[in-house]
Amino acid sequence: MSIKKISKSQPKYFEFSQKNIQEAKREIKKYPKERKASAVLALLYLVQKQNDNWIPLVAMKYISSLLEIPYIKVYEVATFYSMFNLSPVGKYFVQVCTTTPCMIRGSKKITDICKKHISQKPNILSENKLCSWTEVECLGACVNSPMMQINQDYFEDLDAIKAEEIILKLLKDEISTPGSVKNRKSNAPEKGKTTLLEVKNA
Amino acid sequence: MLKDEDRIFKNLYNDLGWEIDPAIKRGDWLNTSDIISKGKEWIIKEVKDSDLRGRGGAGFPTGLKLSFAPKELGSRPHYLVINADESEPGTCKDRDILRFEPQKLIEGCLISSYAVSAHTCYIYIRGEYFREGQRLQEAINQAYAKNFLGKNACNSGWNLDIHIHYGAGAYICGEETALLESLEGKKGLPRLKPPFPALIGLYGCPTIVNNVETISVIPTILKKGAKWFASLGKPKNTGTKIFCISGNVNNPCNVEEEMGIPLKDLIEKHAGGVIGGWKNLQAVIPGGSSMPLLPKSICETITMDFDSLIKAKSGLGTAGIVVINKDQDIIKCMARIAKFYKHESCGQCTPCREGSGWMWRMLERMADGEATYNEIDLLYNVTKQIEGHTICAFGEGSAWPVQGLLRHFKKEIIERSHEEPLVKKRTAIPYLIDQHLLEKDNA
Repeated sequence: MSIKKISKSQPKYFEFSQKNIQEAKREIKKYPKERKASAVLALLYLVQKQNDNWIPLVAMKYISSLLEIPYIKVYEVATFYSMFNLSPVGKYFVQVCTTTPCMIRGSKKITDICKKHISQKPNILSENKLCSWTEVECLGACVNSPMMQINQDYFEDLDAIKAEEIILKLLKDEISTPGSVKNRKSNAPEKGKTTLLEVKNA
Repeated sequence: MLKDEDRIFKNLYNDLGWEIDPAIKRGDWLNTSDIISKGKEWIIKEVKDSDLRGRGGAGFPTGLKLSFAPKELGSRPHYLVINADESEPGTCKDRDILRFEPQKLIEGCLISSYAVSAHTCYIYIRGEYFREGQRLQEAINQAYAKNFLGKNACNSGWNLDIHIHYGAGAYICGEETALLESLEGKKGLPRLKPPFPALIGLYGCPTIVNNVETISVIPTILKKGAKWFASLGKPKNTGTKIFCISGNVNNPCNVEEEMGIPLKDLIEKHAGGVIGGWKNLQAVIPGGSSMPLLPKSICETITMDFDSLIKAKSGLGTAGIVVINKDQDIIKCMARIAKFYKHESCGQCTPCREGSGWMWRMLERMADGEATYNEIDLLYNVTKQIEGHTICAFGEGSAWPVQGLLRHFKKEIIERSHEEPLVKKRTAIPYLIDQHLLEKDNA
């Protein structure tokens, strides 16, 4: 279970934008009519997208009325799942994978860079309020380790130099190209494929 | 080594394009309606004959699982749910299927949905795979555009809709009943079994939950025949499998190979060998972090299939191979895995919620050389109290890796744990060995 810090300063009002209302309706339609509650995760994502990467309490109340479920049901879902941020994380949220496969390939170097440039401790906004970082559990890109996720994008096969470049650019509000920083082809072995050497589309 | 023509995932590295047109050229959606016209019994029998075992970790026979769905559609609808909540440390195979071979998955969904009489299929993707989900959605849209999905999908007479549902960063949602809870919009807390999901699953309706890789190989099995699939690998451990080789190897990679391939071949031939050479190997986690590690002596000869690994007191799991060389502190590595389980425990069952934290704190102390000599037995005792005392298999998943460490690396732990215990007398009284009493201030 992750420990959730609920922001002390909360906005008083929240409402979906016109575009997101349409999006929310599409999400609700995926599920049977009497099972609207299933869309709660999708709607929380939408809130996060609209509200600078975090979910205020008033938005949870808004969702509960939209889906006709008790507020506590939304609250417990928002606090259970680690991807929902309940306090501001900045425009860019850097998540560094530190689980064993990344750890043994040097994820500590990446967290050290985050500490140096963003903030000493995780989950604290940088001085220019633009980004924050945290350590997360396995992100499922183990053969491209070490790696980190910035908002939705994966940055893979990192080393200290490349990671520092990416973070410094980020602090200047510039986003680098996601994917492998070594220009490696997806998950193939870096020094040449060993299988599927001569396959073609039949 | 497996011949390229026998590999199922020809676009594993995205050399050929993921879109629907190149996928059709590779043979996806070929004769799909003919296969469906042969009937449910035929499909399930072929899958049974192929001896395909689930690729999500437990290795349950897939044909048998499909046959658990009620034969006739009753008053309640049936559902097919695809488990794409890949979060096991060391595993990243489903991600490549979602990105590069989505049509194989979609075609598999149609055939399997027909076999279990489902008109709706949900694909549960972990929230971090947002880009992979977008890619899959595009692929689904392309399939709809060609009438491969929707009403009378692929001219088979069967209606099918596929929806994507994102998780939100909970490892436990990879457990099938927790996944269903999450799909219903609740916290991901596993349910008691029985009733099994095949009878009472999503929204109380019959539901079959399968891993991405399992479903994606079904169309190829039906096209090339169960005999072909069963001829690969070993008896009861048939077919091919995507192995993810990560950690201290020269070229970490994903590769599709035959089941039963020697572990040494995988590491040396495909992953470019251990960093520092084979003699520098310390241990290998063979099947994702839940499976006990294997020391070098076993790695020399072990083959990668379900039954051989169970004999070696480990398991194939998801086939996420994490190689650890001698430059790493093995106790620290396992302490980090214990921390992972402490973080991801859903908190429903006390042995797991509390025990995972105990194991982590003890292992951290052992790694730092601050543990006492009697804690080694205590740690083993804790793992035994978690294992088998929880609703879902998470308990075993967190206890087994620690047991594996104690089994194979006890010498290293003993060398480092030599502090005198602070509480020496009356240690049989449980509350006296409680963690907080071991802090100097509380003793």
